[in-house]
Amino acid sequence: MSDQSPIAYDSKIEGNIIITKLDAAVNWMRSNSLWPMPMGLACCAIELMAASSSRFDISRFGAEVMRFSPRQSDVMIVAGTVTYKMALAVKRIWDQMPEPKWCIAMGACASSGGMYRSYAVLQGIDHLIPVDVYISGCPPRPEALLDGLMSLQKKIMGEHSVLEQKKALLESL
Amino acid sequence: MNAADATAALKAGFASAILEEKEFRGELSLTLRQESLREVCRHARDELGFDYLIDVSSVDHFGDEPRFEVVYELYSMNDGVHLRLRTAVSEDACELPTVSDLWPTANWHEREVFDLMGIRFKDHPDLRRILMWEGYPYHPLRKDFPLEGKPSEVAGLAFSDVAPLAGGPFVTVPTDGTTQVREPRARHAGTPPVTDKFIEEP
Repeated sequence: MSDQSPIAYDSKIEGNIIITKLDAAVNWMRSNSLWPMPMGLACCAIELMAASSSRFDISRFGAEVMRFSPRQSDVMIVAGTVTYKMALAVKRIWDQMPEPKWCIAMGACASSGGMYRSYAVLQGIDHLIPVDVYISGCPPRPEALLDGLMSLQKKIMGEHSVLEQKKALLESL
Repeated sequence: MNAADATAALKAGFASAILEEKEFRGELSLTLRQESLREVCRHARDELGFDYLIDVSSVDHFGDEPRFEVVYELYSMNDGVHLRLRTAVSEDACELPTVSDLWPTANWHEREVFDLMGIRFKDHPDLRRILMWEGYPYHPLRKDFPLEGKPSEVAGLAFSDVAPLAGGPFVTVPTDGTTQVREPRARHAGTPPVTDKFIEEP
């Protein structure tokens, strides 16, 4: 079974049974219902809002449930300038998110500090938390965010979480 | 009452307190002696009707003495009159009396001045930093503080690092060139625009 197609459908069994690997099924479910933690800090947040509104409609990718509680979210979208004062709040919210969790650095500021080369701005959120997908733009258009989200979905489809847990268990025995 | 009347009233009452009177485009500024700042403010609020303190700001005249200047923007809601009061603060003392008991809004403004310029306000009820965090060792709006910042760390609370300026801060000049010419990757103030290539990053 290839990574592109997580399920195998056998027409002879008439759709009542789908054969798959546990990893593939888990990844399929995870990647298609990514609940974002909208960490909107500056103008990128406006594009993030546009992405969730009717014209761009992020719900087509299963990520429309913006959770304002970190305990219910899967992916943190850091949208905007991260000042040092705010950085610790971002880190704290990130720490409160349950595993598995992913992070999208949306826009130039969140990725690298952007045009704010100054004493007050953290030069990229990856100094504090691990980032899975960087999106360029100042601010990026909603299409760019959707593309970043699809990249993240692809990345999640390639994970082997169950396999790795099994391996760790076997090694511990 | 207009601003000129208010100035005249203050000059009549506090002749020795006012060092300088300045008018620029219809805006009146009075430079005050530090010792009489509170008396003048109290009189302006109670007798002249300046019931609203718009802003407290500070200026760093780096290299001059006295080094700092604190500016109070007063406004009268009833008369629609603006008045600006200035007072000088020397670097050694670096202290002013608070006006937060006269205008409660001064509380946060004075905290901002303290945080970014390092001027303390005597008898302020809650003089903590407001934008940077407690324990940050510098006052970033001072002229001798570099734009890219300095590294600092308060364990378990916050940290800061030097921002990579890559030859900046970048300066754009008016020219009819392309975007590459107008906004090069790096150019210092004063250097002429380069026509058709990027300047290497240092």
